[in-house]
Amino acid sequence: MSGNIQLLNEALATAKSEDRAALIAYLPAGFPTVDGGIEAVKAVLESGADVVEVGLPHSDPVLDGPVIQTADDIALKAGLKIADVLRTVREAHAATGKPILVMTYWNPIDRYGVERFTAELAEAGGAGCILPDLPVEESALWREHAAKHGLATVFVVAPSSRDERLAKITAAGSGFVYAASLMGVTGTRASVGEQAADLVRRTRAATELPVCVGLGVSNAEQAAEVAGFADGVIVGSAFVKAMLDTADEAAGVEAVRALAAELAAGVRKRG
Amino acid sequence: MSSEFFIPDPEGQVPSAEGYFGAFGGKFIPEALVAAVDEVAVEYDKAKQDPEFARELDALLVDYTGRPSALTEVPRFAEHAGGARIFLKREDLNHTGSHKINNVLGQALLTRRMGKTRVIAETGAGQHGVATATACALFGLECTIYMGEIDTERQALNVARMRMLGAEVIAVKSGSRTLKDAINEAFRDWVANVDRTHYLFGTVAGPHPFPAMVRDFHRVIGVEARRQVLERSGRLPDAAVACVGGGSNAIGLFHAFVPDTGVRLIGCEPAGHGVETGEHAATLTAGEPGILHGSRSYVLQDEEGQITEPYSISAGLDYPGIGPEHAYLKDSGRGEYRAVTDDAAMQALRLLSRTEGIIPAIESAHALAGALDVGKELGKDGLLVVNLSGRGDKDMDTAARYFGLYDEEASK
Repeated sequence: MSGNIQLLNEALATAKSEDRAALIAYLPAGFPTVDGGIEAVKAVLESGADVVEVGLPHSDPVLDGPVIQTADDIALKAGLKIADVLRTVREAHAATGKPILVMTYWNPIDRYGVERFTAELAEAGGAGCILPDLPVEESALWREHAAKHGLATVFVVAPSSRDERLAKITAAGSGFVYAASLMGVTGTRASVGEQAADLVRRTRAATELPVCVGLGVSNAEQAAEVAGFADGVIVGSAFVKAMLDTADEAAGVEAVRALAAELAAGVRKRG
Repeated sequence: MSSEFFIPDPEGQVPSAEGYFGAFGGKFIPEALVAAVDEVAVEYDKAKQDPEFARELDALLVDYTGRPSALTEVPRFAEHAGGARIFLKREDLNHTGSHKINNVLGQALLTRRMGKTRVIAETGAGQHGVATATACALFGLECTIYMGEIDTERQALNVARMRMLGAEVIAVKSGSRTLKDAINEAFRDWVANVDRTHYLFGTVAGPHPFPAMVRDFHRVIGVEARRQVLERSGRLPDAAVACVGGGSNAIGLFHAFVPDTGVRLIGCEPAGHGVETGEHAATLTAGEPGILHGSRSYVLQDEEGQITEPYSISAGLDYPGIGPEHAYLKDSGRGEYRAVTDDAAMQALRLLSRTEGIIPAIESAHALAGALDVGKELGKDGLLVVNLSGRGDKDMDTAARYFGLYDEEASK
């Protein structure tokens, strides 16, 4: 069975045709529980997210700030397995028909087996992967298997990426390009710097792929601002924080549903 | 003039241009760090070609560190090793008390050449942190040291030393609260502050070029030891023995002996309470290939690639990874790695103290315990060189509790 890269491409094209940015949400699998995590993913897709990145928690998340570290710890302490991540993808996609990516570090996939992981992710209805610690130079094996199984390979670019690297990275990627708005780890920020707009401009000069901006966005106002210059707005820590701040799972699901609706309105404003 | 103490690998066969030692190494880093890591590689290549860099580093290694370090024969200790001759390479006599200063001074010079004003580093036992804080004081650089919270407790003396030297010490409370987590936190800092910050990595792990560069800065250990042991005994040793956490002192001792195929290279990993108990940090003995902190090597991990929490009485060896060149030496058969328990290391620490008047670091005591076994295996014609990578002052609280050396009043 082939993965859903085409569905991802269509979702981003639809947003573009509606003259708005896409809303891409990140939620870790297994947080606060496997079933609760699935409900949260479904809720954000039902209330306006176009794409969800399901996090596969890692013991050593060196690119994540304290909020996502806390969620990862909760999931792993409860015994989360890759099978649970794949179930999250399968059930959320089946319930909503929307594209689901997996975001994780390279070691879990390397250890699980690239062939096995890509085959199983495609079978679950996944659309692709974001692997922020797998640089393009080390990615040939992954890309070969991802392409074979119809999965997108979304690369991250950073404000420090020079133009020649942007060309090399975007030539190897598919789906969209993840532009990191700033130099730093995940987490909400008071403002999204002007570095982001410059990076999107330079990335667009290198590729036809949609360019989506992540890191630091937490509210509708920021989403509208980023939607003014990017093809998509990626929000992660704000969703996780919304769940961490609520008393129980049901309230958490409602909190992320409300935040997705707020952000979905934001990406339609284009500030 | 060729330099006497900065002696990078003249062969240059490993790593490859991509940073691979056989199947191990590479550069698994986020895009935000690619430019900074590449800058380190370019600047180090330039420095290697620059006689002024070698002259400056040599002068520091002589006048500040006190190189060359002594080679001390320890006959009373060796009586407990089947009568083999044992020589200790005295890296504990370097300024700051361990081998770590060799690498730190090299990278501090590089930091200055790159025009960066701030240095961050991880530390386990605190020896790399102290050496880094020392070099930052010497060069006038801002310094932040990340240290696992458990390690700040068991190596409190070194925390005080770092702060005395003007460094900020941040106790890391995530994960296992040891060396691995200190490295995670240092990487997070580096991603956010890379413009003006150099990550002065303390071991032969991490992304390329760190494994090769840190090795080159420590290569002097084995070059000196090889020359000294030839002068003293008229022949090469049967084995070079060192403790292995990330592997920097071991690769420093081993590397000059790699072409001498008659010299066994023996790394001693921390077996903690015993490899069979699961409470250990014996990465090459019990790990599997994987990626941790920027390179592919052996890693202690579960079947789904989650890193497992290591354990050792020694904060400096309490790490679930290992430098990629050691993985390469193991798989090629050139290196041998064996595991040494907490208890064997502590007994060796006390034995060296009482037979030779030298108190070793708990890290180095793992090598001493390994040497006692290797000596017995070789018999009385055997000849060993052991790297005494650090001194034990920092470990006196742990040792005093272990052996009940405190007066009852004082221990309260």
